[in-house]
Amino acid sequence: MAAIRTEALTKHYRVGFWRPRPYVALEGLTLSVSEGEVFGCLGPNGAGKTTTLKLLMQLIYPTSGSAEILGQPVGDVRMKRRIGYLPENPYFYDYLTAEELLQYFAGLFGYAPAERRRRAAALLDQVGIGAERRMQLRTFSKGMLQRVGIAQALINDPEVVFFDEPMSGLDPLGRREIRQVILQLRERGCTVFFSSHVLSDAEALCSRVAILASGRLAGVGRLTDLVAFQARGWELVVGGLDDAALAHAKMTQLVVRDTPLGDRRYALEVPLSVSPERAIAELTGRGASLVSINPLRETLEDYFVRQVAAAPHERGLGTGT
Amino acid sequence: MRVIGHVAVNVFKESVRDKVLYSLVAFAALLIGVAYLIGQLTAGQDVKIIKDLGLAAIATFGLLIAVFIGIGLVWKEVDRRSIYSLLSKPIRRHEFILGKYAGLSLTLIVNVAIMTLAFYAVLAYMNTQFSEASRSVWPAPATDPGMLRAIGLIVVELLLVTAIALFFSTFSSPLLSAGLTFGLWVIGHFNADLRNFEAVVESKTAAYLARGLYYVLPNFAAFDIKTQVVNALPVAPSYLAATTAYGLVYISFLLVGAVVIFSRRDFK
Repeated sequence: MAAIRTEALTKHYRVGFWRPRPYVALEGLTLSVSEGEVFGCLGPNGAGKTTTLKLLMQLIYPTSGSAEILGQPVGDVRMKRRIGYLPENPYFYDYLTAEELLQYFAGLFGYAPAERRRRAAALLDQVGIGAERRMQLRTFSKGMLQRVGIAQALINDPEVVFFDEPMSGLDPLGRREIRQVILQLRERGCTVFFSSHVLSDAEALCSRVAILASGRLAGVGRLTDLVAFQARGWELVVGGLDDAALAHAKMTQLVVRDTPLGDRRYALEVPLSVSPERAIAELTGRGASLVSINPLRETLEDYFVRQVAAAPHERGLGTGT
Repeated sequence: MRVIGHVAVNVFKESVRDKVLYSLVAFAALLIGVAYLIGQLTAGQDVKIIKDLGLAAIATFGLLIAVFIGIGLVWKEVDRRSIYSLLSKPIRRHEFILGKYAGLSLTLIVNVAIMTLAFYAVLAYMNTQFSEASRSVWPAPATDPGMLRAIGLIVVELLLVTAIALFFSTFSSPLLSAGLTFGLWVIGHFNADLRNFEAVVESKTAAYLARGLYYVLPNFAAFDIKTQVVNALPVAPSYLAATTAYGLVYISFLLVGAVVIFSRRDFK
């Protein structure tokens, strides 16, 4: 069973006071996320990532389309007992302490007071909130609020967790700790759906990603399918290459880019149209020696930039795909 | 009900820590200060003036708390986005609204209860300052429990003001909500004039409109029995019951309206 499923999920707003115009926040999003997957929803700012999450949390209602979580329609209270959610840049009640906030949220799940205290303490330990847990949240920094936000999302041992920009506001150490939290959730079999515009997070954590651009799905699939096998050429590191041999290789389009490494050693980029065997034979035939050869693969960033650039940028109606 | 109660306790806790109860210190200081001043300036009317002033102060402080917390109850949660985390938990939107309302109502009732205790304490002290002969000409004893009837209706009035403020805060900004709530409160105190509008205008349309507004707008004047209790005039139990029922029915309509609006709202 799919943990998360959306079918042609669409959200339009009307913007402008005097002459309201339609604005496409999300158009026809169809996705399916399997149980146990760590799924990344990627896209530049304003792509529709947060809109998707808000629709899934029923903080906003769709213009059309539908969404289900764990086989239940979004908004079903029984389903909400089984999920967790971290909003983007979370903010909580100024005058509660971190442990009171977590106990308050735990109470909404019906846990007994002792169990609320136990869960709150364990999660605050997990996200690295120490003695500060007894301080009021209005004194917390952005990074500390983010940690509290992650803790509250996990208060009910959820089966599916939604994180909206979970690394936002965190220092490198904090980012690493949150990556660990997500990996632990994956090991536990929890489904994680997170939005991010930091591609390295997605590469480190996700089994599949969707790329949104201008409110539309620009690409979806396994990371390996999207980028790993789409080699764009080869990188040859050679030694003993003289200037004349390098000039000849460039003139005959055998090499499209060269990076001097010193002492007549070069990193050469050989295009995909040239077989690596031919390149090696020609270069060694002119006195060079092969040091190493590696395929040049497309990164997620390359794929992302290409998909986003290809997406239509108009957000009005009538430009949908 | 469990979820509503849980939200209500949280609202109460936040309100207390947000220094709302500081208003009680201001109330006690005002009452004691005025009692001292009146003791110096007047003769014979001291207790009656303290009663008038005390009941008016309870109503005014309660009104300020009801409006200024009520208008921010929902708006603050939406503006600061704390509602995002909350609504992802197993809580329905109507439980959120009713919990918020119950929490502020609890805050108000505790406030009024403490102010009432302070009020009776000042009156008990004043009572000791007079001879038996002076006390015998008062229309009612200094610590007349009959004043609790006026305080009871003040509580119902404040609960109605809170419901109005909460209703407006589900769809408008705090400034607008405050303006609309205060506006309704002021109009509501002159509501009886609308009923008799036909006596002063010739246009039937205007008369019908005024009569319609009389029935739609809250009649706050009905909750004010301060003069009667201070002067020990009779107030029928049936009047107290009917006015309380009127307030509760009006509150119910406002809460239903607030729930309907809030349940359909997008949190962009």
